[in-house]
Amino acid sequence: MVAGKMKKAFALFWQGGDSTLPGYRLSLTVTLVWTGFFIILPLFALALRPWQNGFGMVLNELHDTRMFAALWTSFSSAVAAALLNIPLGLFLAWMLVRGHLPGRKMADALIDLPLAIPTAVSGITLATLYSPRGWLGAPLSKIGIDVAYTRTGIVLALMFVGLPFMVRTIEPVLKNLPHELEEAARLLGARPRQVIGRVLLAPLIPTVITGFGLAFARGMGEYGSVIFIAGNQPFKSEIAPLLIVVRLQEFDYSGATAIALILLLISFLSLIFVGAVRKKLSVWTSAS
Amino acid sequence: MTRFFLWCATWGLIGLVLLMPPAVILAEALSHGIMPALKTLQDPDGIAAIELTLEVTVVAVVLNTIFGILAAWLLTRFRFPGRGLLLVLVELPLSISPVVSGLVWLLLFGAQGWWGSALDRMGIQIAFAVPGIILATLFVTLPYVVRTLIPLMEQQGRDAEEAATLAGAGFWQILFRVTLPGARVALFSGVLMTTARAMGEFGAVSVVSGHIPGLTETMPLHIESLYNGYQTVAAFTMAALLAFMSMTVVFLRSLPDFMNRTREDPS
Repeated sequence: MVAGKMKKAFALFWQGGDSTLPGYRLSLTVTLVWTGFFIILPLFALALRPWQNGFGMVLNELHDTRMFAALWTSFSSAVAAALLNIPLGLFLAWMLVRGHLPGRKMADALIDLPLAIPTAVSGITLATLYSPRGWLGAPLSKIGIDVAYTRTGIVLALMFVGLPFMVRTIEPVLKNLPHELEEAARLLGARPRQVIGRVLLAPLIPTVITGFGLAFARGMGEYGSVIFIAGNQPFKSEIAPLLIVVRLQEFDYSGATAIALILLLISFLSLIFVGAVRKKLSVWTSAS
Repeated sequence: MTRFFLWCATWGLIGLVLLMPPAVILAEALSHGIMPALKTLQDPDGIAAIELTLEVTVVAVVLNTIFGILAAWLLTRFRFPGRGLLLVLVELPLSISPVVSGLVWLLLFGAQGWWGSALDRMGIQIAFAVPGIILATLFVTLPYVVRTLIPLMEQQGRDAEEAATLAGAGFWQILFRVTLPGARVALFSGVLMTTARAMGEFGAVSVVSGHIPGLTETMPLHIESLYNGYQTVAAFTMAALLAFMSMTVVFLRSLPDFMNRTREDPS
């Protein structure tokens, strides 16, 4: 029974299902070789490396308080930046879709700017902009807010790189929301706050969560745009990806790999969490 | 009145958050005038960095475009066991930290890696050399062409291709005469995203590069060493050049859209 199923599955795999189109074996071979070398092999190396020096070493890594401090810095900054990007993203997306904004096309193109500027360039630019003598850093430090070389700087850098993810996730969904709903609610006597809260925001919740997940995942692993503005002080303003680089410079490959694996795990968990929440909410919104 | 206030708020926000950084790049690069800025570009290490970036980008774009087309063909035209897993695998590099994308190649080819010392004895160096930079760049740019092609080719359907098969066309003929012409906008966009990411990649390349000026420094890495060496004008001039290249490539994506609109719209 099982053998028969296996045989059938293998036959399907060998023939490429019921498609009559050519090129199956060629494209299968190329895809398997390429993903095998570039994805599966590196993942194996990553998963096996910490165990190479014995189980004791793995336990040892788990006592590394500097590692947990760095992971916490990355995690909390990524969450803060993604949360702060929610109102910003909603506002910008709404203005782009419904706001009749003068120069809308220009504004729309500019949203992609953080994605278009290479991370190292964003990094040195934001560090200069928010430095105590920078255009924005100087006025901020006068009112007592230090941005550069602090956690605030990390959060601001992550907000910059994460903003396009939020806007670009919300924008298409908002565009497809029937405009009549808002007008109907208004005609039925809903106050502006009710229109925004119940008609506009409620159906957007799953989308906002997706945008949050994307921005968070990006922020958790972000390196180039952060390291120049963060002070990189251990236990204070050192992000996890930077600690990987530090460990590599100390030739501590196992230590570096341990952090890498935890980062990988967190980004998988956030993807799974986002998927699960979306599924649940979409069932709930379509039922009501 | 409210509307006017909202417009001002929106453009103020865009100016503050999005336009300020490019303005800073230009201001810093030109802080001593245009000639000193241009002069920094004549530095041999800078020229070597530009050349290396272009080389790596060309290799990554060519190889990942070939792979991307074949993988998209496989994943949209056939249903077979394991397809779902492959769909997840080809998107995986997008959710991996750039630093980790570099680290994996050290685990394989570094001095302490699985094959590093064996290859070293044969005189082949991959980590801390150009091949390592290319591997890391290929890894981070792997998903872009596939993931822009898949939704479009899925939507295209197989009817035209099945008809071509019945008419006796071979695989390459179908691919180049039927499938790709229909998907050319998506392909173009995927290629451009690959180019932009390959040129600007920093974290992954930084881990495997070894940072030897003139030899293993790409443009982003050279910007870092100039900036850390307090050569602000040189750092921001190189940054302006790289940002300009990358922004041009990203904004070219809306070119087909723009051209179609002007063609259809007689006004």
